[in-house]
Amino acid sequence: MPPSDRRIWEHPILTFKRGRKIRFLFEGREVEAYEGESVAAALYAIGIDVFSYSAKLGRPRGPFCMIGKCSSCFMIVDGIPNTRTCIEPVREGMRVERQRGLPPVPNVPPPGAEEEEVLEADVAIVGGGPAGLAAALELAKRGISVALIQDHFKLGGQLVKQTHKFFGSKDLFGGLRGFQIAEEMASKLASFPNARVLLQSFAYGVFRGGWLGVASRSKLYRVKPRALIVASGASEQYLAFPGNDLPGVMGAGGAQTLMNEYGIKPGERALVVGSGNVGLIVSYQLLQAGVEVRAVLEIMPQIGGWFVHAAKVRRYGIPILTRHTIKAVWGSERVEGATITEVDERFNPIPGSERDVDCDLVLIAIGLQPDTRLFAQARAVMRWIPEVGGPVPLRTRYLETTVPNMFVAGDSSGIEEATTAIIEGRIAALSVASRLLEGSRAARAEEEAEKLLRFLWDEYRASPLLSRARRGKELATVSVEELEELRRRFPPEVSFG
Amino acid sequence: MVSEIPSYRRSGVISVEELRRLGLLPPEDRLRKGPVAILECPEMIPCNICVSACPSGAIRMDRIIDVPRVDWDKCVGCGNCVAICPGLAAFVVDLSKPGKAYVTLPHELLPRPREGEEVTLLSRDGREVGKGRVVRVWERNRTLVVTVEVPEELAMEVRAIWVRR
Repeated sequence: MPPSDRRIWEHPILTFKRGRKIRFLFEGREVEAYEGESVAAALYAIGIDVFSYSAKLGRPRGPFCMIGKCSSCFMIVDGIPNTRTCIEPVREGMRVERQRGLPPVPNVPPPGAEEEEVLEADVAIVGGGPAGLAAALELAKRGISVALIQDHFKLGGQLVKQTHKFFGSKDLFGGLRGFQIAEEMASKLASFPNARVLLQSFAYGVFRGGWLGVASRSKLYRVKPRALIVASGASEQYLAFPGNDLPGVMGAGGAQTLMNEYGIKPGERALVVGSGNVGLIVSYQLLQAGVEVRAVLEIMPQIGGWFVHAAKVRRYGIPILTRHTIKAVWGSERVEGATITEVDERFNPIPGSERDVDCDLVLIAIGLQPDTRLFAQARAVMRWIPEVGGPVPLRTRYLETTVPNMFVAGDSSGIEEATTAIIEGRIAALSVASRLLEGSRAARAEEEAEKLLRFLWDEYRASPLLSRARRGKELATVSVEELEELRRRFPPEVSFG
Repeated sequence: MVSEIPSYRRSGVISVEELRRLGLLPPEDRLRKGPVAILECPEMIPCNICVSACPSGAIRMDRIIDVPRVDWDKCVGCGNCVAICPGLAAFVVDLSKPGKAYVTLPHELLPRPREGEEVTLLSRDGREVGKGRVVRVWERNRTLVVTVEVPEELAMEVRAIWVRR
């Protein structure tokens, strides 16, 4: 293999099953990739750091989120600009070019794009991560027909890149590794003929009359579900510092996608900003992938994540520097180093405390922001709640929002974690099932929802260390009466069912 | 307010004294009797995987967020908790042989340690504290459970290994 190949062939936890080799054109030259890789992953693997040059200043840009949420990996693919190459699978003979400035958008629709189909489903679910999958399973096993809409070309969401074993209890997949949970849920869903999965499909909007618009690669779908569950996840938050747009500055999740999903080393020497669970876990995973972790920075006086996750990286000598933050990153077309600084009680940099760190990868792990675009577009009543990462739709404990029969679950309801996303997905689905089913089956669904609600609020979220997220979720939760009042004050323009 | 933060939440390293104060260490005479589990899990994590994994029913927890408590008399030091703990926070320590100690720890890095091999011993803060010999390696779901023979005085210090080849 060429020396520039960043692919990992041996890993303590993962076995990378690579598909057949295929060839495509990058900037007119033939390059190799493995079937199943995304364009972004395949290019990164062969040492390509710069994916585009920014529109105004012509600054180099490389991948950041790797999950189809940001715009950092835009490239021109087969003549179509602004293609999110991180969720675009490689295909034999495809043409990929770096984007410079703002390329013209072709006004000829791609083949087949004019076809339209009305999709029949009782329930539409947006998002194929832990919450969406859990909701789909809960509905499908009750005989309710489901359309699961996923923008990525595979299911699992962020579970697919989690190599660590999950906390929780046995009946909530605890003890299994994240990617194993994704595999288990996805394969179980495939056994239900009443669950239809639309991959590489984007739910672009909700419309009057209770329609959901979905753009797939081959056609446009319209769905008029009796209920809509949105579990669209979250995206990494950015941090402002000079050089933060340089290739090699990446979201922690972006690095996880590269190394754990595709088996590609994201760098050689990493600096991690943020010591929440994501920052700590990604540091441990970097170590497992053979990447040196120079330090984990934490602006607060204490570590953000669980102690046990911190202990895992400290044992191998990775320093966690509390009261520290990043000041700048430098490099020409890739990170070549960073300056870090200590901060005082008010989080202001302490002059003279700056230090340079030799690194080629800077991972931002300062938090996530719920992806609530569909709720904003549907004009659901939302509230800005910093404890859960930003604006989220107000909802009842049964997870229905002010848009009738539009439910929310998982990180898009406020940032928590995968296990709570699974629980919320199930609660939303059971709330829907109790409305769609009749008699004793409806009653049973309701009972199960209540049981899960009690577990979630009274047991799981009772830990004092989860009090911040719990408080955020409390602030986002209204009573059924309050929801009715909100609907009177802000009459919904769209409703389902 | 800062003073209320336990020191392990600032450093990511818990001291033996802190573990003892929290009641997470078995008494000395129990350690002399044979292998016993030590769960270095001081926070209220919503997780009870070790409870269901323990074949001796030696780990107690009333609510899912409780800190796990080992019944030192029931525990046989089998290491199932070491294999399954999602936080990699379970260890087994054996001080029953004079002059020697055995520490069983989780290991998820390459290269895989081999039985009989000499490895570098690491403390909770990543310091290299000596050399030890691997006496047993087994695996569950890709977590290796490694027992190393270490100098007796390091029994409560060694919590990881480096395999250098």
